[in-house]
Amino acid sequence: MTSETKSPGFFSRLAHPGQFLVWSRYLVWPLAGLTVILFAIGLYLALVASPADYQMGETVRIMYMHVPNAWLSMMCYGVMAVAAFGTLVWRHPLADVAAKSAAPLGAIFTAIALLTGIVWGIPTWGTGWVWDGRLTSMLLHFLIYLGIIAMWFTFEDQHRAGRIIAVFTLIGVVNLVVIHYSVEWWSTLHQPASVFTAEGPKMPLELLTPLFVNLFAFSFLFATLQVVSMRTEIMRRRVAAMQRQAAMNRGAAPSPEPAR
Amino acid sequence: MAKLTRKQKRLVIIGGLAVVVAIAAGFILTALRDQIIYFYSPTELLERDIAAGQPVRIGGLVKDGSCARTAEALSFVVTDGANETKVAYNGITPDLFREGQGVIAEGSLNAGGEFEATTILAKHDENYMPKEVADALREQGEWYGEGEQPAAPPAAENACR
Repeated sequence: MTSETKSPGFFSRLAHPGQFLVWSRYLVWPLAGLTVILFAIGLYLALVASPADYQMGETVRIMYMHVPNAWLSMMCYGVMAVAAFGTLVWRHPLADVAAKSAAPLGAIFTAIALLTGIVWGIPTWGTGWVWDGRLTSMLLHFLIYLGIIAMWFTFEDQHRAGRIIAVFTLIGVVNLVVIHYSVEWWSTLHQPASVFTAEGPKMPLELLTPLFVNLFAFSFLFATLQVVSMRTEIMRRRVAAMQRQAAMNRGAAPSPEPAR
Repeated sequence: MAKLTRKQKRLVIIGGLAVVVAIAAGFILTALRDQIIYFYSPTELLERDIAAGQPVRIGGLVKDGSCARTAEALSFVVTDGANETKVAYNGITPDLFREGQGVIAEGSLNAGGEFEATTILAKHDENYMPKEVADALREQGEWYGEGEQPAAPPAAENACR
């Protein structure tokens, strides 16, 4: 969520969780507002103002949910991978928080992509699920998310958890590559990419526009939820630290409170 | 060797890990290619010398004009451009199933080299087009469907349904 700048002072300031709490406050409502506006336009375009497809008919509208969620499930993991890098190399205090916050969001995007895919597959393919390269790697993607979420709950020491999960997250990047190329490497039931192809989009503008508006809507939804979730996580860690401090002040044994 | 800072050391370790994981994944995926592949094209079916009765999936395009439906069975030809496989099927086909369309058939070869399908799945291609545009093109006789071939006349197309 931070950007590389010339001044290291600025970078360090952003890195400080306390500073993040200050400036991200002003980010939440504008992001939320943009999300609502984009969804309003996106849903209108997807459900009312866009044409039916020549062979799928109205079923094509499922794509406006399916494709943005599938892309975001990958992008979310990309954010986690960058954060994992930040955790391992720079010990960036916000990196842990960003990685932890993105995991449940990514899991939900993946679940929606899988479910809308099933709903689309039943009338189009004649089946809701097959074990082809794309669908299987996407299910694995979902399970990796669940594994990462479970690991955050398993380790009591969140800093240790952050490093172990960062290693696991980086190894999981392999699956991101597999998902992307699955439709090219292996013959699959799932069709190859329609939008980002070497020959350009294989989709006319009437269908491409609603798709991209919805992609932006879901992206801003992700950004909004990510910022809110990161703020919550920082405050949760502060509360845990304060509770530990209070316990020590009372003279009790400094038991490591699980800071979830 | 120049002294590395701790950050640089960590970067090197992560880079090394990434290379090892990438190579390992590459080997695994190459080794598993035959298992991961979801269906064989008619050409691959011939190359692999699949025994009769062995359950497999084949995929390709439904050859134009190859559909024939009798009271109890549907037969059609799956082609990949180079080779063809004749398929017999008795059951419900998906909505998208028609001549020129991508299709995947589950089943096995019989002794006569024909494919007896137990399940038919329609493969949706990566092309999208508004219905109105498709209808207009069809009316003008400029309709080119999947596989860049002029579609069969509607009557013949309906033979598949």
